[in-house]
Amino acid sequence: MSKRIDVKDLNVYYGDFLAVEDVTINIEAKSVTAFIGPSGCGKSTFLRTLNRMHEVLPGARVEGEVLLDGDNLYGTGVDPVTVRSQIGMVFQRPNPFPTMSIRDNVLAGVKLNNKKISKGEADVLVERSLKGANLWNEVKDRLDKPGSGLSGGQQQRLCIARAIAVEPQVILMDEPCSALDPISTLAIEDLINELKDQYTVVIVTHNMQQAARVSDRTAFFNIAGTGKPGKLIEVGDTHTIFSNPTQKATEDYVSGRFG
Amino acid sequence: MTATSLTSTQGAGRAGDKIFSGAALAAGCLILAVLFGVALFLVVQAIPALTAPAAEIQGGEGFFAYIWPIVIGTLIAAVIALVIATPIAIGVALFISHFAPRGLASGLGYVVDLLAAIPSVIYGAWGAAFLAKEISPAYNWLADNMGWLPIFQGPASATGKTILTAGIVLSVMVLPIITSLSREIFLQTPKLHEEAALALGATRWEMIKMSVLPFARPGIISAVMLGLGRALGETMAVALVLSSGALTASLIKSGNQTIAAEIALNFPEASGLKVSTLIAAGLVLFVITLAVNMIARWIITRHKEFSGAN
Repeated sequence: MSKRIDVKDLNVYYGDFLAVEDVTINIEAKSVTAFIGPSGCGKSTFLRTLNRMHEVLPGARVEGEVLLDGDNLYGTGVDPVTVRSQIGMVFQRPNPFPTMSIRDNVLAGVKLNNKKISKGEADVLVERSLKGANLWNEVKDRLDKPGSGLSGGQQQRLCIARAIAVEPQVILMDEPCSALDPISTLAIEDLINELKDQYTVVIVTHNMQQAARVSDRTAFFNIAGTGKPGKLIEVGDTHTIFSNPTQKATEDYVSGRFG
Repeated sequence: MTATSLTSTQGAGRAGDKIFSGAALAAGCLILAVLFGVALFLVVQAIPALTAPAAEIQGGEGFFAYIWPIVIGTLIAAVIALVIATPIAIGVALFISHFAPRGLASGLGYVVDLLAAIPSVIYGAWGAAFLAKEISPAYNWLADNMGWLPIFQGPASATGKTILTAGIVLSVMVLPIITSLSREIFLQTPKLHEEAALALGATRWEMIKMSVLPFARPGIISAVMLGLGRALGETMAVALVLSSGALTASLIKSGNQTIAAEIALNFPEASGLKVSTLIAAGLVLFVITLAVNMIARWIITRHKEFSGAN
């Protein structure tokens, strides 16, 4: 239940401002693709176009095609709500619903669109999702307690459980570890490794070691200067990008030399 | 180079601190003193009415028999106002905060705030001279078709000056309070939570149900309670609109009275024990609003664990 994403000639705008220019990239199914690059280069912006979260902001729009196994997400008649239910997202800061219990947080996406689910099915799903997010053992005795009472790392894994509970085709992660301590980060990275057996995972990270550890393929984004659009410089196998990139800019970035 | 002692303080730099903390303390104490003073005044002045022989109180059956019909009348008018105003106010606030295009939203917000700037006597005049007349055919219809419900029992008032009309006027008056407070709270919903819902595939309404309303719940309760305080205490509009009388269950007959209007209408000509009776009625109103606020706080804290504050 995972699909590939092919992006063709995508331009991303905030109003009249071109934020990301002319991205063409293929994201393989059942693999982890990492987006790296300096702050402001548009990697998070680009990630948000992959599940149509970009257009939540007023004035934001895109030109070009994003194909999920050949179906254009931006085709006419495509409902962004349906797109988002198939392409899950995990955010930079953990954002469990504070008024919901741990259990209800996991079920939040499943209960959308007036879907009914029996208590037995719900119990099975909650356990499977929390186990899938490596969180079950830590929370199984307090499923009715609020999700906001967990630690930051646990909250982030709860958000991952919430995302996988709806059985998406793709999971997008926008710097999922940047607010977490190293131990929690390790837990998430282990989890990403397990997730790729079933899902297509795309992760934005500032941490190049993390990209090297978790991803199969890496895409490097860069920006020529303030006010200029971000561009995809190079994409390839993670090993190649970090050891033998074709572009000078990539080599400078991954080796820590700038400008 | 001389070492500066850690214990030395520069007098000039700390004067501002002292003045400010003193002023803040004084302001805080003043509030307590005023509240205590008002409560003390009410209690002291009300004692004669509470201890007087039953026959000497208006109506001749003691203070309790005098006060409870107008307590009920007060509550009926306030509840009608809130039942009408709350859903409309939340709807308007949601429209302004999450649905309307930006230009329309600010214009609409401004108009709603203007509603709060209209003096209550004007609402009263509008209710008595216009609304009561226009709405009385509707009361006749209610009496004819839904008269089997005690609250719509006929015959309807010919003038339309009933507790239901008063409640409707009150609802217009509390609408801007609830709307503007709710709107502020809705706008404060963290983007993070809204995006969490949207990213799961929630529609806009589902997003509002999952993230905006739960976040805003304590704020909505506070807003409604503030509106309730206004509705309970509102005097002029009710005094003008309502053709008062004995307590009746029917909302569309003339009758019923609220505490605030009762005090306003009778106070100028009252003397002796009558003054004391009216002040005692004021004390009862004070206790009711205090209780309402305490219940609201209790409701808000009951769900603190899930409030998102932790």
